[in-house]
Amino acid sequence: MLAAKVIADQGIAVEGVNFFTGFCVEGHTHAIRENRSKRPKRNNALWVAEQLGIKLHIIDVIEEYKDIVLNPRHGYGAHLNPCLDCKVFMVKKAMELWLSDGFMSEHGFDFIITGEVIGQRPKSQRKATMPLIARESGADDRLLRPLCAKFLPETLPEREGWVDREALFGFHGRNRTPQIELARRLGIEDWAQPAGGCCFLTDDSYSDKLQDLWQAQGVRSYELDDIMLLKVGRHIRPAANFKLIIGRELGENRYLEGYRKQFPALKLESHKGPLCLIDGTPSAADLLLAARITGRYSQGREAEQIVVSVNWPDGRREELTTTPLPKAELAPEWLIGA
Amino acid sequence: MALETLDTRGLLCPLPVIRTQDRIRSLAPGSMLVVTASDAGTLQDIPAWCRVHGHRLVTTEQTEEDIEKGRTYRFTICVVEQ
Repeated sequence: MLAAKVIADQGIAVEGVNFFTGFCVEGHTHAIRENRSKRPKRNNALWVAEQLGIKLHIIDVIEEYKDIVLNPRHGYGAHLNPCLDCKVFMVKKAMELWLSDGFMSEHGFDFIITGEVIGQRPKSQRKATMPLIARESGADDRLLRPLCAKFLPETLPEREGWVDREALFGFHGRNRTPQIELARRLGIEDWAQPAGGCCFLTDDSYSDKLQDLWQAQGVRSYELDDIMLLKVGRHIRPAANFKLIIGRELGENRYLEGYRKQFPALKLESHKGPLCLIDGTPSAADLLLAARITGRYSQGREAEQIVVSVNWPDGRREELTTTPLPKAELAPEWLIGA
Repeated sequence: MALETLDTRGLLCPLPVIRTQDRIRSLAPGSMLVVTASDAGTLQDIPAWCRVHGHRLVTTEQTEEDIEKGRTYRFTICVVEQ
């Protein structure tokens, strides 16, 4: 937001590009969870674009991004976050959009800006990685970082005089106070979440669930539904052959409802309770255990008996009468990413 | 002019916005597109996207809440020449 504002204030036409990888945090978590309804359900990139009065192109890169997550050339950060490869990918993708017919090229764009700040992130935003991103993306000296430009060599837009280098900045490090002060000077009073907390791949719990998925599949791969479901509910794996996804509140239960044609679903019939999807190939004994675990998270957790329906994707339905699993029998190691 | 339709129910933002953006790119100015969604975030995002790109949001409607499925939202957008 700040980088775009700094450049736009120099009288340069700016348009935004936002890439949807499938791993974004804010929008989906808020969209799914009912108990977060007091927070605005909005796409932050769109909101920022509207505040700045610029166009925003939101691009679906889910398929292409898989290779970045699965085979990062520069490795992962603290969890499964391939931040450096991600930055290279996104700048490269912006270049492709710029060069592609009928898209950004029709607007005659001349260079790319990002909001990167040297030293803000320990792996991907270092002085050494800045030229690497420019080089590997193919953007080279058409990539300008207005917020830390004074620590970097002149880029094409600076050399050509399209941008006044003197009006750019020399921010560095993790302290965001200078950026916040600049934002206020520029009349920006509200802003979206600062970078770094916006990707599920930086989250240890989410990364544990993704690792578990790969281990259970026996192969490192994913589809969009896989990574969306990792954002929802409690994930409980009592055995290698099946996993439960149990909604934690109304919004999650509603979201999981949408997957009943893909997964067997358990539902409490005798008490109020969550929806539980079963991912895997459960035996009859596994189904009974799944029903008991689902009961553990229902209002029937202390009941002598519960009735749970098993709803198969092909329309078959059966009912199981059983007892809720006592807390002591719920093994902590079954809870993935807890 | 016939109404074009786009069903994004079951998708979470930003996918309904992306699908809307991609569909509108293929429509002629003056076309009308009706987008159906289940994500409450579209109430903010579809109007915001229309404002950012200069398209005209003609109507926004929502159904009564269904306890299991939540609400359905329907947006009618008039495509404006860019």
